[in-house]
Amino acid sequence: MTKVEELTQGVLSGDVRSIARAITIIENNAPEAKKLVSSIYPHTGKAHIIGFTGAGGAGKSTLIEKIVREYRRNGKTVGVVAVDPTSPFTGGAFLGDRIRMQELSTDPGVFIRSMASRNYPGGIARATKDAVKVLDAAGKDIVIVETVGAGQSEVEIIKVAQTVVVIHAPGLGDEIQAIKAGIMEIADIFVVNKADRENASKTAMDIQAILQLNNKETAWKPPVLKTAALTGEGVPQLIEKIEEHRLLLEKGLKHKRSREKAEAELIEAIKEKVVSSVLEDLRKEGKFEQLVGKIVEREIDPATAAEKLLKKALKDAEA
Amino acid sequence: MQTERKIRVLIAKPGLDSHDRGAKVVARALRDAGMEVIYTGLRQTPELIAETALQEDVDVIGLSILSGAHKTLFPRIMNLLKKKGLTDVTVFAGGIIPEEDVAEMKKLGIKEVFGPGTTTELIIKYVCENVPKRT
Ligand code: B12
Ligand SMILES: Nc1nc2c(ncn2[C@@H]2O[C@H](COP(=O)(O)OP(=O)(O)OP(=O)(O)O)[C@@H](O)[C@H]2O)c(=O)[nH]1
Ligand SMILES: [Mg+2]
Repeated sequence: MTKVEELTQGVLSGDVRSIARAITIIENNAPEAKKLVSSIYPHTGKAHIIGFTGAGGAGKSTLIEKIVREYRRNGKTVGVVAVDPTSPFTGGAFLGDRIRMQELSTDPGVFIRSMASRNYPGGIARATKDAVKVLDAAGKDIVIVETVGAGQSEVEIIKVAQTVVVIHAPGLGDEIQAIKAGIMEIADIFVVNKADRENASKTAMDIQAILQLNNKETAWKPPVLKTAALTGEGVPQLIEKIEEHRLLLEKGLKHKRSREKAEAELIEAIKEKVVSSVLEDLRKEGKFEQLVGKIVEREIDPATAAEKLLKKALKDAEA
Repeated sequence: MQTERKIRVLIAKPGLDSHDRGAKVVARALRDAGMEVIYTGLRQTPELIAETALQEDVDVIGLSILSGAHKTLFPRIMNLLKKKGLTDVTVFAGGIIPEEDVAEMKKLGIKEVFGPGTTTELIIKYVCENVPKRT
């Protein structure tokens, strides 16, 4: 058996070591990574994938811990991928989400993996979606992704998750603006966490008010829920809503979302492939440096240079 | 796309004491040296530590202990790691571990012990030089 076959078998049987190793291989983009993902892919598509995003400190990790417990009480197995930011200066990362979920570690029905963003934009890591596939293939009923938690532009999660929960908390400053800006559109469910705090109801009402401005007719109207993650208050209601959303997806939306996800992934894969193969050739021939020089000297603009190159690359590929 | 390997480290605090300054200093230093550091907080049982190391697939485990309980906790941790097949992980430790216990700790498979006053530069250097080779 090859290493990839062995790992795939391990993952499919739910072996923890194999799952962990598979994720590392994917994360490091090791030589076997591509083969591994393609051999796992046919076994994916069964888990319900839930994304948790929202400002840092809103209580994502604490809430996820409570949600996982509730799912476990209902007999579901759960995988968690928790992403924290990589420092753009040192390349290092402090992965601390696990502190809040640590007690779940010894439950054999739960697998938690911390992941550094490795400077991938949009609040997740490049490897996040494939790590989710590993957990899906390993038979987890539910896979949860926690994003980096910087707030605004964390919209990549929509390409990974089927249900996106946007978490907010009172007292995090004037972030309703941020919610308005981008994250609003990706939310399937809004949660105002820290409901034990004074202003939670007002925050929830503010969000409701913004939502009402959007009077498009849609099959799903994002609900606004309140939770207190420290005590677990509101968690069963949140799970109920997630389940409702899942059922709606099953009924029809799922097909549309799956297509959208597949489309986005395909485009991304093409981009990666094209960029790396074109650049590789260019570098080999010394053309790249040459063109960079010309751009600096204003002999040619970057867009025209790129166009020329691509034309040539495509011709070469055809030949 | 190129292969992008990073050193993954688990910094764990076994036992019941709440001396976490040293653990945090070490965690931060290794992060600033470009490593991915998983910190799991206080009061970690041997089971939690071993299971976390397994799921996170770390290269290195750093144990920080100042309570004096290393003689009972470290053997349990090392046993569990072996049981889970994590024999290719480098384990090292720091905190308050008396000189006369160090040999015993090393016999368990703890590769090195660093006491109070150790510079973070030395710790970083040690980790870089002792990351296990893996495929
Ligand atoms: C600060 C301190 C506290 C603070 C802790 C605050 C905190 N959040 O950390 C407070 C006041 C809370 C405290 C309480 C107690 N403390 Co106290 N405390 C200390 C003290 C003075 C300094 C520890 C410290 O933070 N040092 C600074 C850090 C940066 O150094 P460090 O932890 O040693 O880490 C360095 C190295 O050891 C190494 N290292 C550490 N971990 C790791 C991990 C790895 C992987 C690596 C590579 C290296 C490494 O690298 C670090 C950098 O050099 C020590 C005495 C001492 N001089 O060490 C006593 C000491 C640790 N405490 C002691 C005791 C007994 C207690 C108490 C039980 C009550 C008491 N009698 O004071 C309580 C227990 C509280 C509890 N619930 O656990 C004893 C422990 C005795 C023993 N083990 O035999 C000590 C040694 C004092 C003594 N001489 O009696 N304490
Ligand atoms: N009062 C109150 N505090 C909470 C609640 N939920 C979480 N917290 C606290 O808020 C702080 C941040 O919680 P986390 O769960 O780490 O938040 P997070 O969103 O995961 O943070 P990042 O991962 O750093 O983005 C912690 O100190 C929690 O104890 C809650 O419902 N009420
Ligand atoms: Mg978190």
